[in-house]
Amino acid sequence: MLGSFDAILLARIQFAFTVSFHFLFPAFTIGLASYLAVLNGLWLWTRDGRYLDLFRYWVKIFALAFAMGVVSGIVMSYQFGTNWSVFSDKAGPVIGAPMAYEVLSAFFLEAGFLGIMLFGRSRVGDTLHMIACAAVAFGTFFSAFWILSVNSWMQTPTGFEIDAITGQFMPVDFWQIIFNPSFPYRLVHTVTAAYLTTAFIVGGVGAFHLLRHRRRGETPTPATRTMFSMAMWMAAIVAPVQIFLGDLHGLNTLEHQPIKVMAMEGHYESHPEGAPLYLFGLPNDETQTLDYAIGIPKVSSLILRHDLNAPMDGLDTIPDDEQPPVAIVFWSFRVMVALGFAMLGIGLWSLLARMRRQLYDATWLHRAALIMAPSGLIAVLAGWITTEVGRQPYTVYGLLRTADSAAPLAAPAVGASLVAFIVIYFSVFGAGTFYILRLMGRQPSSKEPRLADSVKGPIRTAGTTPAPEEATRRPDTTETGA
Amino acid sequence: MPVEGFTLDLTTIWAFLIALAVLIYVILDGFDLGLGMLFALERKRGDRDVMMNSVAPVWDGNETWLVLGGGGLLAAFPLAYALILPALYAPIIAMLLALIFRGVAFEFRWRTERGRWAWDIAFIAGSGIAALSQGITLGGLLQGIQIDKAARAYSGGWWDWLTPFSLTVGVAVMVGYMLLGATWLVMKTGGPLQERMRARAWPLGAVTLAFIGIVSLWTPFLQDGYYNRWFADWRIALAGGVAAAVLAIAALMFRSLTIHRHEYRPFVLALMLFVLCFVGLGISMFPYIVPTEITIYEAAAPAKSQIFMLVGAVILLPVILIYTAYAYWVFRGKVDEGTGYH
Repeated sequence: MLGSFDAILLARIQFAFTVSFHFLFPAFTIGLASYLAVLNGLWLWTRDGRYLDLFRYWVKIFALAFAMGVVSGIVMSYQFGTNWSVFSDKAGPVIGAPMAYEVLSAFFLEAGFLGIMLFGRSRVGDTLHMIACAAVAFGTFFSAFWILSVNSWMQTPTGFEIDAITGQFMPVDFWQIIFNPSFPYRLVHTVTAAYLTTAFIVGGVGAFHLLRHRRRGETPTPATRTMFSMAMWMAAIVAPVQIFLGDLHGLNTLEHQPIKVMAMEGHYESHPEGAPLYLFGLPNDETQTLDYAIGIPKVSSLILRHDLNAPMDGLDTIPDDEQPPVAIVFWSFRVMVALGFAMLGIGLWSLLARMRRQLYDATWLHRAALIMAPSGLIAVLAGWITTEVGRQPYTVYGLLRTADSAAPLAAPAVGASLVAFIVIYFSVFGAGTFYILRLMGRQPSSKEPRLADSVKGPIRTAGTTPAPEEATRRPDTTETGA
Repeated sequence: MPVEGFTLDLTTIWAFLIALAVLIYVILDGFDLGLGMLFALERKRGDRDVMMNSVAPVWDGNETWLVLGGGGLLAAFPLAYALILPALYAPIIAMLLALIFRGVAFEFRWRTERGRWAWDIAFIAGSGIAALSQGITLGGLLQGIQIDKAARAYSGGWWDWLTPFSLTVGVAVMVGYMLLGATWLVMKTGGPLQERMRARAWPLGAVTLAFIGIVSLWTPFLQDGYYNRWFADWRIALAGGVAAAVLAIAALMFRSLTIHRHEYRPFVLALMLFVLCFVGLGISMFPYIVPTEITIYEAAAPAKSQIFMLVGAVILLPVILIYTAYAYWVFRGKVDEGTGYH
């Protein structure tokens, strides 16, 4: 049996690796698509050039990140079958439909309008171009809606029955399946996280250019200031909202997946008279203890039960083979929470600087914002690790074990594909990240390349990268069609 | 053995819809993968820019049909999805990785001067390997996969897909896609590039036709089911009819390419060749989804799932087709050199 265990472990590593890499891109582009739609809307409304400059600046980065999200996403849609075929056969009747809806309502919408958003401003005019930008933004949201519904159903399955012969999950009520108990919490928490992720990347890039301007003794461009200011507004407003939503999500998890919360809190032992909030400790699954624990007595009960003395069960009430690996869950949760509060700190700091009219001169704030640029991405990954590792050893919570979900593949096959994924993802997406960073290293200005400046001949199909182009339709661009 | 009666029920509708998604994928991404392979033959940077620009605004939408094919299969025929994908593990993973290379090349090659050559190679190799893998996947499925029906699981090894037949189908798909790519470029470009594509389309068409013949004659001898489907009693007339149609369309395509020197028609006729092959494939397979072990009925998701999805598909598919057509319309016409302003 060792052989099959190895294949399953490799398949788990492969899924964790590919999905983590993949989600970095949507976590960024969900927010960025909305940001671009807002920038384009502001440009059309105010005709203030900085919004167009910013749109042009970020749309290039968006195109790169989106392409990487698309190609790494296609991998995910097939990996359910290649590596988790038993899960696919059993859960397919329930989760297949929402996933098909994701393709129909989200992927096509994004893909169909992306070309127009990137290359089409001069061809379709301002209004349709704005609609295309909005369609791409809505597409990213619909995609999040459906895929989070599916993920949430796997965490809190409802609305199904199990077929006695095939062992398949059979849908009884799709309303209950889609709007399962953890879905609303997971959806808002994740989408908000995506917005924060984008805000901190945009803010970090803005801060980088403000610092560079200061060092060179230049005045920052209006676009740079606006970028930083908009990002800091997002941080100040959205970070506290996100902490509140995260708390709600945690309470929901306590209700439906208490074992996960025990792991998050490091509660190996039951606490009949109020559980401590552990700030630090080294979880030890062998001895089932939290070594070197530092905690505040009774605060965990206060947070989770709103009562200092509320009794809390620990992992000692749970059989060993029902427990997730505690250390990963414990630490990833702390990383997420710590980053969340750090984001809140940046938001408040920016408000203070704004009140003192020093938003564009507060060097230390800019440095902090620069360091925090990737914080959203890290927090999002940490959050997903918390929730996904925390629900182990199940794929469909409480009903289908991970070990019973995998495809009957030989370990060498999975090992070979895993190595290929690792090598290719790091090299290809590493190169992509390098190109993105290089674009971010240029400051946003009104000298963003424009089609009209550099193209001599008639413009037909525009090329790849979005260096678009005013709304001015040149006479020689008129189409003759077929 | 085969279920002869054909009834239009939910499961059949879904089989048609999945087949339609795959066909649309083959038609749309086929020319764009073929164009990627033709990249290898065009060394001038300007020509390469034009070629890539002709698909840059639409490639993402083209590939979405592949996601619909996979996602739809999971949703409507979960058992088939669970049997086929592990059986064809290596070619499918190879296809996914190849699609990564060619997908990012669309963006990356504009972002570097020094490294452009590397992304050009990624685009060529990615397109070629993706096409080859898709053909091998089709061949591997057609030749049959070994399953344990009681366990609802694939029971073969991880090299079972590798046979002379599957490799032949793989190469056939590569050549066919290159034909689509060449005729697409005849339509979308002008000048010397168009002329070269016209010159290439002719031999590519001839080789495609030869491969269609080889695969068509080989398939019936893979399994008795296929043989009976095509050659038993009156069905030989059907086989003859399909063959005649293929030859007729091919003849029209060659005339259109060389004598009439049409710009749009060769592409449309090449597409029709693909549609005919696809119909032939359907005749071979129906009602099996894993030939010749599992029928669409055995693999089908419960009616409740199929109905729930059908509502969405009936509403959304026409809308998708409309805005996809609109996107193609927006970017219609010839691509000219000089649009590479990146």
